[in-house]
Amino acid sequence: MSGSGKDLILRHSNASRIAHWAVAIVFIDLFLSGLALFSPFFFWLSNVLGGGSLMRFLHPIAGVALVVLFYPYAAMLMGDNRWLPNDSKWVKHMAAYMRKEHPDIGETHKYNAGQKMMFWSMVPIIAVLAVTGVLLWQPWFAPHFSAGARRAAGLIHAICAFVMFVGIGIHVYAALWTKGSIDAMIRGTVTRAWARFHHPAWERDAGGKGGR
Amino acid sequence: MAHTSLDVVNQSARTSTPPQARSTLEVAKLIDISRCIGCKACQSACMEWNDLRDEVGVQEGFYTSPADLSDQSWTLMRFNEEVIDGKLQWLILKDGCLHCQDPGCLKACPAPGAIVQYSNGIVDFQQDQCIGCGYCTAGCPFHIPRLSGKDAKVYKCTLCSDRVAVGLEPACVKSCPTGALHFGSKEDMLFEAEHRLVDLVERGFAKAAVYDPRGVGGTHVVLVLPHGDRPEAYGLPANPRVGPLLQVWRSGLARAAGVATMAAVLVAGVLHYMRHGPLEVPPEGDQGVKP
Repeated sequence: MSGSGKDLILRHSNASRIAHWAVAIVFIDLFLSGLALFSPFFFWLSNVLGGGSLMRFLHPIAGVALVVLFYPYAAMLMGDNRWLPNDSKWVKHMAAYMRKEHPDIGETHKYNAGQKMMFWSMVPIIAVLAVTGVLLWQPWFAPHFSAGARRAAGLIHAICAFVMFVGIGIHVYAALWTKGSIDAMIRGTVTRAWARFHHPAWERDAGGKGGR
Repeated sequence: MAHTSLDVVNQSARTSTPPQARSTLEVAKLIDISRCIGCKACQSACMEWNDLRDEVGVQEGFYTSPADLSDQSWTLMRFNEEVIDGKLQWLILKDGCLHCQDPGCLKACPAPGAIVQYSNGIVDFQQDQCIGCGYCTAGCPFHIPRLSGKDAKVYKCTLCSDRVAVGLEPACVKSCPTGALHFGSKEDMLFEAEHRLVDLVERGFAKAAVYDPRGVGGTHVVLVLPHGDRPEAYGLPANPRVGPLLQVWRSGLARAAGVATMAAVLVAGVLHYMRHGPLEVPPEGDQGVKP
């Protein structure tokens, strides 16, 4: 452990932060327009998303944007999200972690097991949303599929969207809860003390030069 | 086509109940296929009244023309070719919206008021409210609504709701030269259909039947099928229904469950923060325990 706790070290590169916020903006449009299409209770959201027709037109295009932005970003982060033996230990102590009881959960690398679960749940869910979304995409793709296939796609799409919302909800809350992480995603840096506390193995191995 | 009126009893994607005070006579169109000579006058009348002109297509080897329903063809004579008792026969279907009592299109539609049902039973699309998602085409058990490539709006037979509203019969019915098409109260049409059945059975069509499928709550277009045991031969589903996938996907219960899930996530976050506060790096010198 070298350097003062106040040193700033790079946690998220420029590319990583830009990709993250681009994905976030696209997700917000997709989520709100999806909600408007899912329930009449939220149809008023169409008024702030360009009106019903335009909102509906943009939703699948935003979906393509999500796929195009998310998967290269995910490929960039994949190495740091490999599941390690230590991660299972983290999961076992997750409840205590959430109570801030600082259980002994070993050395955390760049991402803790919670972050890794978030990562690995989004990878297949966005794929399923994309595939079912193509089946529903009017007027270009949907006409090639039967009504029954499109009904099934609609239901699966809705279920996955809610799983995604829950995942992203937890992600946003975890970021709000863990002080310093939102700053890190905006400016890219964390203090050495933050790195040592939350991700000691990353701080030690990367020495603060492993921002990806 | 027509705008919201007091006679609307059911609207897509509305959180409010439409006015229910008035109720009008439940209507139906009766199509007696045994009397149809395939003249296509109904198709022409539909085009005339509704100012529709489909593209001129090409001969595709059968008598059905145009080849399919479209945003410009709201009714279509389908000439299904069948060999019965060694003879080629046309099992003609006057295809178009059946105006279900329990319409899958309306259930599927996410745009408030884009699909309405009048108290007379007519299911009508309000194209100015339509957002072009095509969910109605997935919800319809009869494959009727067609999304236009020009304006991304969906069109189908209106049962001439504009004519019916002023006491006229639909244009197709007015044009039919053989009495294959009738229009009146649903009760009268069913009564008439039973009469036609008796006649058909006498003429040797022992399996003749009335097509008014229960799976969609009955329809406001009722057919008399000479080969009533085989509706599929006419291109009609034997047991059309809205179906469990659509019921779940577009149900109030699914919507409530979805919204409750979201609310639960938000509440859990707020409560957790109130109870435990933020996770912060402890002050220097107090880093014995690490998460």
